[in-house]
Amino acid sequence: MFVSHQKKKGEWLVLTVIAFGLLVVVPLLNLVPGEESFLYLSDFQINLLGKYLAFAILALGIDLIWGYTGILSLGHGVFFGLGAYCMGMHLMLQIGDRSVYGSAIPDFMVWNRVTELPLFWKPFSSFLFMSGAVIFVPMLVAALFGFFAFRSRIRGVYFAIITQAFALSAWLLFNRNELNLGGTNGLTDFKTLLGFELADPNTVRGLYIVTVIALIGAYLFCWWMVRSRLGKVLVAIRDHENRLRYSGYSPAAFKTMVFVISAGLAGLAGALYVPQVGIITPSQMGVLPSIEMVVWVAVGGRGALYGAVIGAVGVNWARSFLTTNYPDVWLYFLGGLFMAVVLLFPNGIVGLVQQAQRWIGRRFS
Amino acid sequence: MVGVRTVGFRTFFTLCVMLIALFPLAGFAQIPVHTDPNNPPPPSIHSNISDLASDDLAVQKDAIIALAKTGDPQALSILEEYRIGSLYVWTRPDSQRVLVIGGDETTQDGEAIIPLFTPYGRTDILQEDGSTLYVSVDEVEEVRVNRRLRRVVKKQIDSLGNQINLADPSSNVRRAAAMDFGLRGDPAALPLLEERLPIEQNTWAHMAIESAINLINLEDENPAVRVAAATRLGELRGEDAVPALLQILDGSEDDGIEPDSDENVRVAAAAAIKRIEGWAFYARTAQTIFRGLSLSSILLLMALGLAIVFGLMGVINMAHGELMMIGAYSTFVVQQLFLAYFPTSAFDYYFIVALPVAFLVAGGFGLVIERGVIRFLYGRPLETLLVTWGLGLILQQAVRQTFGAANVSVSAPSWLSGGVQILVGVFIPYNRLFIIGLTIVCVIATYLFLFRTNTGLKIRAVTQNRGMSACLGIRTGRIDAMTFALGAGIAGLAGAALSQVGNVGPDLGQNYIVDSFMVVVTGGVGKLSGTVAAALGIGGLNKFLEPMFGAVYGKVLILGMVILFLQWRPSGFFPAKGRGLETS
Repeated sequence: MFVSHQKKKGEWLVLTVIAFGLLVVVPLLNLVPGEESFLYLSDFQINLLGKYLAFAILALGIDLIWGYTGILSLGHGVFFGLGAYCMGMHLMLQIGDRSVYGSAIPDFMVWNRVTELPLFWKPFSSFLFMSGAVIFVPMLVAALFGFFAFRSRIRGVYFAIITQAFALSAWLLFNRNELNLGGTNGLTDFKTLLGFELADPNTVRGLYIVTVIALIGAYLFCWWMVRSRLGKVLVAIRDHENRLRYSGYSPAAFKTMVFVISAGLAGLAGALYVPQVGIITPSQMGVLPSIEMVVWVAVGGRGALYGAVIGAVGVNWARSFLTTNYPDVWLYFLGGLFMAVVLLFPNGIVGLVQQAQRWIGRRFS
Repeated sequence: MVGVRTVGFRTFFTLCVMLIALFPLAGFAQIPVHTDPNNPPPPSIHSNISDLASDDLAVQKDAIIALAKTGDPQALSILEEYRIGSLYVWTRPDSQRVLVIGGDETTQDGEAIIPLFTPYGRTDILQEDGSTLYVSVDEVEEVRVNRRLRRVVKKQIDSLGNQINLADPSSNVRRAAAMDFGLRGDPAALPLLEERLPIEQNTWAHMAIESAINLINLEDENPAVRVAAATRLGELRGEDAVPALLQILDGSEDDGIEPDSDENVRVAAAAAIKRIEGWAFYARTAQTIFRGLSLSSILLLMALGLAIVFGLMGVINMAHGELMMIGAYSTFVVQQLFLAYFPTSAFDYYFIVALPVAFLVAGGFGLVIERGVIRFLYGRPLETLLVTWGLGLILQQAVRQTFGAANVSVSAPSWLSGGVQILVGVFIPYNRLFIIGLTIVCVIATYLFLFRTNTGLKIRAVTQNRGMSACLGIRTGRIDAMTFALGAGIAGLAGAALSQVGNVGPDLGQNYIVDSFMVVVTGGVGKLSGTVAAALGIGGLNKFLEPMFGAVYGKVLILGMVILFLQWRPSGFFPAKGRGLETS
């Protein structure tokens, strides 16, 4: 991709404006105008936007591994879920005696006749431990999985299928009650985070701002990665893995690394998602959500970081809109999106915009 | 009073010729039975039926036992109605009180009414215009059943039911009846069982009768008889004898039964248990192997179409599951058409028609998908994955909106329901057997098609070198379309077969797609033998692990094993040999 220096500067300007808008203007629109004003953003809308932006962090991770490295993973829902469950466990323990049964252990354990908090739950009462776990637990799982998968040179569709089976297994496992993670019902009914009431509009706004900051951080990190020498290696894996191997690189190590990083981003996204949505169930980490995440990136435009963000926000907005207004249409729309994005605009929205720019440039210059 | 009643009865008798009530000779204490003239109860029974409404409990009890002794199926149904409280005394318009059976209560004009039937034969009691007679619940009076008698009647009903079933034309019914007699251990049944034993032709029913006789004999007073019975039960190797034998050995605290007093009997029982359990191990192993084989055949049938499309064309068809779903729904539609347009007797053949229909419909869908979408994407497997997944979602939603989100019911034709007992404790259901057969036929047919026909040769040529094949005059586009349609058609067949063993719903495909892909990946691309080996391995392993770890953990373990297996054989069981690094 040949992008002129001039253009890059313009790009950064746009991105800075958008980041400023998300970080400062949006919360102000929630605070300043009266409720009748057309500029006003309700708490609900802020909450929704926060959810979309959490998804955007995940999409950045998928873009890294799929768009730049050319590895299609259909198991990112699991990493998202792991991060979300880590956060969920912390929030469950925050409920304390405000639960329905007033018991020190979460309600679902009371139903399942568990009398004592399982050992692996205990460290999650610490916020610090949880903050690390939401990223490192998914990374650890990804490292294990990736090590075995990439070492034996499982790639392309084989990798996609294996990760899909991985998502199915995780979904099956997390549905089990004896795992002590709430079974099919998942974790829910959260009350506070760090002492802040989750239902309080100020907390909603705060979580939104934290999400935006995390997104900006993740974006800068990914941007640094793809434009460094490391990023060049990733693209080389995508474009010609064997040639890279002959040049003395070990693609497996790089692939494992990028898989682990993208899993960490997915975990972070999951952790930000849970307090804003208030529930995490196994159904959010199964086969279907995992493959949907890939489509966000495809729609936005893979191989461009901002494409991933646009795709995640756009598709999820469409989802909210369609499932509330035309519930029957949503699956047709999603299915059509899968097909259209491959057949008609393989480079997503970003590709379409670039095409339009070129067309306009040819016409009017 | 009496005079009036008699006159009323006579009047009714002359008015309504259809109904003949045999007036009891015993006197007016008995209430006569309302009778269908075409099917009157034998006079010997009539008085017994009347006695069911007697005020004297002893008379009632005698009547119950007498009715049960007759061995008449009609008597059985009367006892059944009596037990559930559907036997009524109805005061007829002519003031005559008669015994009738009342049906389910309904309301008409705010009044609770019930239809009436004759007790013997349960035929509708008709009004003059020919419709079933409904009367207000106030006009009938329920024949109350004493609590103690209810227990008596239950026992008699079961025993009578078994007695009738013991002569049933179906050997399975006879078998179940004999087994029930064995469980009850009622010595009264012995003569009956011994009478049936020599005439019973069916091996399994014969065995069940023998087992029942010996189970009853386990409680004989003579220790020698008990020893013989226990030994014989051991020889018969039926697992249903184990609880009774254990009771001899250890007694039962709950029922206050002591262990058998005779040492010899206890030894014989212990030996019999050992023998039965030794056999049960083999039987269970055989059953597990068969279950594994059955699952393997299902996996293979699903993966076969996938393997053809993936292996020969490099296309990941994620809509494969939905093509199976289409096959299953085609079966459903054929079934509905048979129900609607063909006589009931033809229903059993619907499945034979459904198989080719499912193949053609799914194949047709496959053809359209290939021409419409897939052909633009050759050489881009990841893209085909996404496109076909989207297609699958659309097909799912379309089916959901057409047939509803709930599962539809596909019933098995009679020749696929039930099964065959091949050994003691080893039961083979016909539908599983059928799927195994269908799979074998499909695999052989596919093999012959690919390796023994001209078209198959062309398919293999295009697979190996598309450009060269085109140069030599093979119309590659046509071959592609045909291969894809073939794979889709086999998916349709798989769906039709699945409709016989699982639920048919819009998400049928989703439930199986991941499993079938695991088979293809493990088997390796482009080799039918690899797919067969992988299906057998995964299916067998699954059923082997399931009893130990449960279904979920078994599945997770298998995924782990597949990943480890790919460490050792990255391209599956039988990889296609080639020199290029890019072949994958």
